[in-house]
Amino acid sequence: MSEQAPAPSRIKPPMGHDNAWWWEQAAAGKLVIQRCSQCQALRHPPRPMCNKCQSLEWDFIDASGTGTVCSFTVLHHPQFPGYDYPLVIVLVDLAEGTRYTSQLIDCDPDDVDFGMAVEMVMHIDPDGFKLPMFRPSQAGGS
Amino acid sequence: MTINISGEAAIVGVANTEFSKNSGVSELELASVAVRDAIADAGLKPSDVDGMTTFTLDNTDEIEIARAVGIGDLTFYSRIPHGGGAATGLIHQAVMAVASEMAEVVVCYRALNGRSGHRYSSGVSGTLLTADAIHWGWYTPYGLMTPASWVAMYTQRYMHLAKDVQDAMFEVAHIQREYAVTNPAAFFYEKPFTRAEYDASRAIVSPFRMLDCCMETDGGSAVVVTTAERAKDLKHPAVIVKGVGQAAAADMESMTSFYRPEIAKIPSMDIAAKVAYQQSGLTPDDIDAAIIYDAFSPIVLWQLESWGFCGELEAPQFVLDGALRPDGRLPTNTHGGQLSEGYIHGVNGIVEAARLVRGTSVNQPAKDIKNVLVTSGVGVPTGGALLGLAD
Repeated sequence: MSEQAPAPSRIKPPMGHDNAWWWEQAAAGKLVIQRCSQCQALRHPPRPMCNKCQSLEWDFIDASGTGTVCSFTVLHHPQFPGYDYPLVIVLVDLAEGTRYTSQLIDCDPDDVDFGMAVEMVMHIDPDGFKLPMFRPSQAGGS
Repeated sequence: MTINISGEAAIVGVANTEFSKNSGVSELELASVAVRDAIADAGLKPSDVDGMTTFTLDNTDEIEIARAVGIGDLTFYSRIPHGGGAATGLIHQAVMAVASEMAEVVVCYRALNGRSGHRYSSGVSGTLLTADAIHWGWYTPYGLMTPASWVAMYTQRYMHLAKDVQDAMFEVAHIQREYAVTNPAAFFYEKPFTRAEYDASRAIVSPFRMLDCCMETDGGSAVVVTTAERAKDLKHPAVIVKGVGQAAAADMESMTSFYRPEIAKIPSMDIAAKVAYQQSGLTPDDIDAAIIYDAFSPIVLWQLESWGFCGELEAPQFVLDGALRPDGRLPTNTHGGQLSEGYIHGVNGIVEAARLVRGTSVNQPAKDIKNVLVTSGVGVPTGGALLGLAD
């Protein structure tokens, strides 16, 4: 019996000083937000310096994983291996105040709406790579 | 000392190559042909050229073209990043160069085998070798990888806030096709489409259908800029550069500035417009026609707002009132635009803008055209130029 070809996986982010730590947290199952150690401002996507106080010192907090849809688009074409189409991409305004670009799952593309409450679920790709996705809030409203 | 560039420089020569889906020649050849023909159109010789400027994305070095075309010593050369956002950035560079006497004659060029070579619709998939790979890494794992999908995110938000956006997108795409139908150089020459065909065209990313998206083209375009003084003795009426602005607004990401408080607008173009109007002393009322960068139909709408032709979120109504048509308030993309003539990263738009000022567009509006706006691509750091006849 011939071995089955492995299911295709998503394109991985290149890892560098400014982002690898964030993906390590995702690999541990967490959605985190970078925080300036000096002025406490949150920022995303991560970058080495705070654009408010110019400090290079930072840590991070665990996000609650809840938010609302700021905008979205449904992708049909072109289609890349490793992704499910139609693919719903959302901008999520996290409860903490930063915005995160992600995928919406467990939701019919026709049902996505602005301001819709969503919550984070950690997706695991066929090769074990983890990335935060969102689904309609199960709590109902909020 | 304050230097105002308004009136200091002029476009004196323009040229495009043939536009096709498979040029069968190198990008160096396309660039060389466009550059050579633009110089000839100006009534100048290659040896008159001492400056060249292009996109960082252009694969052909200026020295290769200079050697091919017979251009001699160069005292000015530069490149502008950010894809189509560089289009009028070339004018920006050339104007500063000639106004400051760094060069006397500057050729701006862009040539690409955009269909038979690297296709932009493949987006940032594949091997990433650039320094902003980390930036793209926030999007590639999710599959948000193509220009259409990035621009769609802003468009959806705009649709949420403004009225009649889909109808206005159709109007933009449709009127540009109507212009292309009568432009023999356009890819879609004599190929009109109906609303039913638009609605039935392939879904790309919501809310874009295929006919909202520009095509991928093989071709080249070039324009020559020299001092207003020298322009007086050349072949064509001088197309004076009255103002040219370039801007990257705060909190910018290339194509994915999703983290500003409101994303249904383009602050970089607002700034470029303010700069160009200030330099020129012109107001929106003085602009008779426009070439507005159109990689996708809705981006024309936001730019109409940036340049003050209508208020915020009012562009759909402005367009639906027929403003972009030949007899409208602001005939726009009269060559067919990048949706329907060809996609040369906005530089074929600069050629058309110059032709409108010269009075030689294949779709020249009946009214007098004194001043024309031409813009660069948006979603990236961008710019725009105001071109016109000498006062």
